[in-house]
Amino acid sequence: MSALVIRARSHPGLLAALLNRVSGILLALFLPAHFIVLGLALSGAPALERFLALTRSPLVEVLEAGLVAALALHLACGLRILAIEFLDCREKTAVTVSICLAFGFFFGLLFLISVPMRG
Amino acid sequence: MSTANATETLSLEIWRGGAVGEFRTYRIPMRASETVLDAVSEVQRSTDPTLAYRFACRVGMCGSCAMMVNDRPRWTCRTRVGVVARGGRLRVAPLRHLPVVKDLVVDMAPFFAKWQQAHGRFEPGVAPFRDFARVAPASAERQAADAGIECIGCGVCYAACDVVGWNPDYLGPAALNRAWTLMNDVRDQARRERLAAVSGPGGCASCHTHMACTETCPKAIAPTYAIAGLKRLAIRAALGVRP
Repeated sequence: MSALVIRARSHPGLLAALLNRVSGILLALFLPAHFIVLGLALSGAPALERFLALTRSPLVEVLEAGLVAALALHLACGLRILAIEFLDCREKTAVTVSICLAFGFFFGLLFLISVPMRG
Repeated sequence: MSTANATETLSLEIWRGGAVGEFRTYRIPMRASETVLDAVSEVQRSTDPTLAYRFACRVGMCGSCAMMVNDRPRWTCRTRVGVVARGGRLRVAPLRHLPVVKDLVVDMAPFFAKWQQAHGRFEPGVAPFRDFARVAPASAERQAADAGIECIGCGVCYAACDVVGWNPDYLGPAALNRAWTLMNDVRDQARRERLAAVSGPGGCASCHTHMACTETCPKAIAPTYAIAGLKRLAIRAALGVRP
């Protein structure tokens, strides 16, 4: 004998909400770190330059691409909510979520392939 | 879809007990074209007469046979075994988010109490219309009301809603959909009070637009958009914009 537990069923709308939240949390964690790094400039250019040299490693470039993808994904998922709630837009959720994911990946990849061009 | 014939067996896991209990497995002949309600009835009539479940019309009009079928809320009278059985197995449980009375029967009282909290009833006011109200079928209000008016209160959307599970005070999709249809009823005299009721804690702003209610509604109603309409009304009211 045990308590009745029925697990939440996975569905496209839940996935959209999870993507929106997880990308939002990642961005929220990034922002303070970003400002701390910018704050290094207050101690003079060498301190900032030393840190920026670290960010030129391939691993950090890939992580940055992930961050750009998260930003684009969060934007797309947020626009979806605004369109439904303020513009009364009707959607097929699975299609919209796929578009949001594609939007995020597109900008992440765009950032990644632009790395060599930026030197 | 299964092409099983009657020589195969369907393993039907059915919740037995109240809030505490267990899934018991019953084996009956697999008939892909029969409904889940038929299968549950067969168990009760042939194997265990103490099994409690609820149904009335058997034809998708009353909504009383709603249950969780493989973790998704459905009208069992409109769900064929062959469509939902996976590997000859089916799991049937009482609707989520509602107190279990016994086996597959839930207490719908909290569900309907939330309709009352959301002012989900027509209010003619102290000075009702003395003549028939003339409502143009093509008017925006009538169209908005029509989109949600066919709700029969089966509780499927309430069981599907993720937010109801997280926040027991949330009014839920059905009550808010009902409130939206009444907000679009030009004869109703309590729209200000209703908007206040659905704008507070647990009201329309608690909806996370997961679309679970809209995906699962057997009447193809879209409560998510009704709730979005209430959100727009609430924001306009907060900004002092007259409807």
